[in-house]
Amino acid sequence: MKNTTPKPGLRWSTFSAPSRFYALAGRVVPWLWAVSVVLGLAGLYVGLLVAPTDATQHDSYRVIFIHVPAAILSMLLYLALAFWAAWGWIFNARMASMYARALAPTGAMFTFVALWTGALWGKPTWGTWWVWDARITSEFILLLLYVGYIALTEAIDDVRRSAHAGALLALVGVVNIPIIYFSVRWWNTLHQGSTIKMTGTSMHQTMQLAMWLMMFSFWAYSFAIAFTRSRAIVLEQESDTEWVKALGAAPSEGKA
Amino acid sequence: MSHVLLSVTRRDLLLARRRQVEALLPLGFFVVAAGLFPIGVGPEAHLLRQMAPGVVWVCALLAAMLSVTQMFASDHQDGSLEQMLLSPQPLVGIVLGKVFAHWLSSGLPLVLASPLLGVLFDMHRESIAWLALSLLMGTPILSLLGAVGAALTLGLRSGAALVFLLVLPLTIPALIFGTGAVLAVDGGQSPQAHLSLLGALLIVTGLGAPWATAAALRISMD
Amino acid sequence: MRLDPGSITWLRGTNGSGKTSLMRILAGLSLPAEGDITWAGLPWARAGADARQSVVYIGHANALKDDLTLVEAVAFGASLSGLDDPMGRAGTALDAMGLRSRRDAAVRTLSQGQRRRGALARLRLDEAPRTWILDEPFDALDAASVDSLSRLIEAHAQRGGAVLLTSHQPVSLAGSCEFDLEPFRATP
Repeated sequence: MKNTTPKPGLRWSTFSAPSRFYALAGRVVPWLWAVSVVLGLAGLYVGLLVAPTDATQHDSYRVIFIHVPAAILSMLLYLALAFWAAWGWIFNARMASMYARALAPTGAMFTFVALWTGALWGKPTWGTWWVWDARITSEFILLLLYVGYIALTEAIDDVRRSAHAGALLALVGVVNIPIIYFSVRWWNTLHQGSTIKMTGTSMHQTMQLAMWLMMFSFWAYSFAIAFTRSRAIVLEQESDTEWVKALGAAPSEGKA
Repeated sequence: MSHVLLSVTRRDLLLARRRQVEALLPLGFFVVAAGLFPIGVGPEAHLLRQMAPGVVWVCALLAAMLSVTQMFASDHQDGSLEQMLLSPQPLVGIVLGKVFAHWLSSGLPLVLASPLLGVLFDMHRESIAWLALSLLMGTPILSLLGAVGAALTLGLRSGAALVFLLVLPLTIPALIFGTGAVLAVDGGQSPQAHLSLLGALLIVTGLGAPWATAAALRISMD
Repeated sequence: MRLDPGSITWLRGTNGSGKTSLMRILAGLSLPAEGDITWAGLPWARAGADARQSVVYIGHANALKDDLTLVEAVAFGASLSGLDDPMGRAGTALDAMGLRSRRDAAVRTLSQGQRRRGALARLRLDEAPRTWILDEPFDALDAASVDSLSRLIEAHAQRGGAVLLTSHQPVSLAGSCEFDLEPFRATP
């Protein structure tokens, strides 16, 4: 029978070893924050001050500079979560599973922000806080998928079972998203629901610039937060290993 | 595979028959929950007729989720599930057998009780028939999806509540197509498109869910 | 560790040394964190239905449903193993375990010892030289049953089957060897 002391280094890629990920991510995180803040400020400047006022919606439309990037990121992060969780399951790669778990709260947050800014936009535009538009309804369901993933992984104490169960759930979610989106759009046309249209048919160039800036800012922010949270998860789950003990870090460090 | 499927179904149905009262609880919930709506909303026939397909379908969803954790819980506790995982028979076949038994004992009664609810909601005879048909095609989907949820939450303290959260979002397409079919009939149109989509959903779920359930069982029993 | 045909291995170790975990891994219920399991030279994961067919695992739980009759419960186990004539085989196996009078009783009404013997009836469903992985099989058995089971295990090994078992009680099985898990215990 083989000896069962866990070895920190694994076979191939740099990031697959939790100890090395911890070190590398730690170095990269400040830069990511810097990028995120710079792009964010630039995006807000362009979006709030430079982009022209909309003819019909005046200044209230400007919330889309948060709404649209947040919505896009909420979907991207779910795909990333599913990808890394599946990787961790198939190849039994602990780091991948930890990273997927770190992505979930941020993805859920962006989904919530998208819904909330959608409501803020809806109120002055259509007079109601909530509209059962196909995209907003799908976004709401996406929030439920995130919450489900977080609830399941938190409810299972065993690390391996939690990671693999989460991976299966995320994959089931990813497969179902097109089906759900299709059915919600179908439902929406059935009931002649309203559709949220972007401001006019073509967007002014500065508006597009603002959106792209905000999107990349959110993207950098997501990496920064996910790396930070992953590092905390690594400390928690690898607290028995030599290198963590050497760090002198307390195993129950709060998640940033 | 059909051999083990039938033997598992037969055994599960036998067990359900020996605990008949427990097996009929979801049906009781279905009728009571749906019956609360007219009382809560008011007996105006026009309003009831409009909300009937949605109310009946949602109550069917909830009733199905109530009973779904039982699919594996008892076997998990007495060690039978371990033996199923170790069996040389394909696990997917065993899962299908259990899902089929669950549908026969929990889902089919809902289908048979739906006309009663249709009458309570003053639905037209034609609409009632289509409602029952939509449930006939939809309740197996609920059992299949519920099995995945039950397998993932096996043995967890909050398992029953978690199953609701995990599975209900996935059942939304079935809900939309099922109620859409009845609403189409109410509106004088053909329900064919909705039922075709529901049928396609049933096939896709029937192919994918047992595999996902088997994988989830192995994960949960690791 | 090797489980060769004809071998009887008594897995020893104090509580918490991982006996049950090891048995579950060997049966195929869990994956090992490190190391490999091979069956007839093939990696366990790829060995498929043939490998599962050749292993019989009886853990702490009896895997008998309370609401079934004893013969129905054992017959289900037989059909899970892919054996023909499950009811007939179950009846014969229960007779051999001395449970003929209780065959149509609901499992719920049986004593602990009777349930354990009912679970062990799986070993008498056929004579194939399988690998038996038995976790505390002598638990709750009286002296006569312990003796009867011991003879069954010895006969099985002589037929070419392999047996791995744990037991708190001392076992006296002809041709058995011990395997101690203590040296491999993971240091906390």
